[in-house]
Amino acid sequence: MVRFFGILIGLFFAGMLVYSFGRGAVEYITNPPTKAVEYQFHEEPKKVSFASDGPFGKFDNQQLQRGFQVYKEVCAACHGLRLVAFRNLADLGYTEDEVKAIAANWIIETPSIDPSTGEASTRPPIPADKFPKPFANDVAAAAANNNAIPPDLSLITKARGGGAPYIYSLLTGYTEPPAELPEANRPGPGLHYNPYFANLNIAMAAPIIQEDQVTYSDGTKASIDQMAKDVSAFLIWTAEPSLIKQKQTGWAVLAFLLIATILAFLSYKTIWADVKAEKKKKEA
Amino acid sequence: MSFPWAQQYKPTTEFGQWMDDRLPVGRMIYNSLGAGYPTPRNLNYMWNFGSLAGVFLVVQIVTGIILAMHYAANAEIAFDSVEHIMRDVNSGWMIRYAHANGASFFFIAIYLHIGRGLYYGSYKAPREMIWLLGVVIYLLAMATAFMGYVLPWGQMSFWGAKVITGLFEAIPLVGKPIQELLLGGFAPDNAALNRFFSLHYLLPFVIAGVIIMHIWALHIPGSNNPTGVSVKGKQDTVPFHPFYTAKDGWFLGLALIFFTGMMFFMPNALGHADNYIPANPLSTPAHIVPEWYFWPWYAILRAFTFDFLFVPAKLLGVLAMFSAILVWFFLPWLDKSPVRSGDYRPRFKKFFWFGLIPCIVILGICGGAPAEEPYVMLSQLASAYYFAHFLIILPLLSRIEKPKPLPNSITEAVTGKPLPQAS
Repeated sequence: MVRFFGILIGLFFAGMLVYSFGRGAVEYITNPPTKAVEYQFHEEPKKVSFASDGPFGKFDNQQLQRGFQVYKEVCAACHGLRLVAFRNLADLGYTEDEVKAIAANWIIETPSIDPSTGEASTRPPIPADKFPKPFANDVAAAAANNNAIPPDLSLITKARGGGAPYIYSLLTGYTEPPAELPEANRPGPGLHYNPYFANLNIAMAAPIIQEDQVTYSDGTKASIDQMAKDVSAFLIWTAEPSLIKQKQTGWAVLAFLLIATILAFLSYKTIWADVKAEKKKKEA
Repeated sequence: MSFPWAQQYKPTTEFGQWMDDRLPVGRMIYNSLGAGYPTPRNLNYMWNFGSLAGVFLVVQIVTGIILAMHYAANAEIAFDSVEHIMRDVNSGWMIRYAHANGASFFFIAIYLHIGRGLYYGSYKAPREMIWLLGVVIYLLAMATAFMGYVLPWGQMSFWGAKVITGLFEAIPLVGKPIQELLLGGFAPDNAALNRFFSLHYLLPFVIAGVIIMHIWALHIPGSNNPTGVSVKGKQDTVPFHPFYTAKDGWFLGLALIFFTGMMFFMPNALGHADNYIPANPLSTPAHIVPEWYFWPWYAILRAFTFDFLFVPAKLLGVLAMFSAILVWFFLPWLDKSPVRSGDYRPRFKKFFWFGLIPCIVILGICGGAPAEEPYVMLSQLASAYYFAHFLIILPLLSRIEKPKPLPNSITEAVTGKPLPQAS
């Protein structure tokens, strides 16, 4: 009985699927799907490597500090870093006093309450504070940016499929739209053509536009490429501050497990020796 | 019950004897996971994944309990509380990545465990109850994993919850009320997040309970083995401890090397980038995909593109997706071949390796891909084979197939010498 009904149900499902396949195949042949324009012009992130890549990678603190400088001078006016605290900057090699100074002089103040009146107010951040948001809320952010909300950058390298190379490619990828780009896909008012962006037209204007836009304190030449790379490296750190610790812990754990597994394997071999010997006799 | 030659538990200390007379926990462990459980001597490495799945369940429960100490199940702060774990809790990143990747490894282990059961006929008499309880465990694990993925309240959490609970909407009359009951509202929000958290915490303990029954049922007939031939004498078995504890032990070490390799060096490889964007009901991700372990079922769901009479395609897809798993409940009665092991069933073996396994792999690939051609057509063919395999091929195959001759005993299969007659 089970088999009888089973076969009926099986025939029904399989039949429906084969029928759907046939209809789909006919449709596919008579009316082949055209690739969306976005697919034709979209480009995959450029190949770019960072000091933190690979199982032995380490952050280059000099680069992270340069990247932080780019963030501060170029990005911070519109993009927040709401999950990162000023105290975390100590990871980049800043001293306690430097962190205090960075917080106190930050371009945006932290919302607070006036202690004498109880009214909403602001104060300079302290190291324990997270980076203050550049806009009071999403409505304010959208109103100030041609109706596009600048995303928070704390997790951006983990929140985009291409990771840090995508951020680097996006920052360096602004070009004139190609001549063959259809009219419908050309950037409208307030939009900018960038083949690395999913739908090709991004609301953000090219943020890094000229050499020496920031002046690096360590003497590194601030080329457009260098600045884009440095800020991408910095955003790897903001997304995963414990990245290097993870790899180092991983190696210690693997070393321990390797030894433990070899010992466990040897004891397995010893325990089974007699039983396996019987099997060997058969083969001999 | 056990085989008559099973070693008997003898307490070695006075306290052990005292306990054994009052609460024989030691005896129970001895008989189920110790020397008191005679196990076929010829088990291959496919028999390691049951205990491995058990270990990963423990990993999930332990890391999950710690995460719950720091996580806040509130739609306003859930996302940030996960980032608080990643950034501010001591080694919080390790606990979270162990939990996130542990779920994947739990599913890898149970898929191989299920696959072993399918190939070696472990679902056949007298082991039907073990199989049925296993399917229950799998269903509970799917529900648990789905609800767990919602908890970080990222984009994929939110839209995954919306799509999966939206499936119930396809059911006529009761569908909409069921969906609203699951979500506690009309769309995923705080009510949904809270009940998912509550159930995500509860279900693993239900799973643990069903696993106890699963093992209990296993110890009635004892373990199956690669020949599928029943145990006939003492020479066919070795005591579980130390033989299989040692084998499971070193294999666990090997599995943990892969697991820690994933969680320390590529912890987000199996995740989705969109889940690092906080949930936003106003912005739909371009491709909504579930976690990889749901991909084959997701492909079956999306394979139905045409209505059947008055039944809409979406409802057909939902019915087919649930049927695809529910069919496992009937497997012991669909496949009536008396031969258990696929090694002795030449045709079954071909259908298994060249039919079922490629079909599941194709379904997995299609389920993770966007719903466009050629993936839709591929998933239609693969889904058709999937249903045909379980519902048409297996029932008919058991009638027409000529199995190869079986060995007289496990011992004979291993050593070439006949089993000594029991005294």
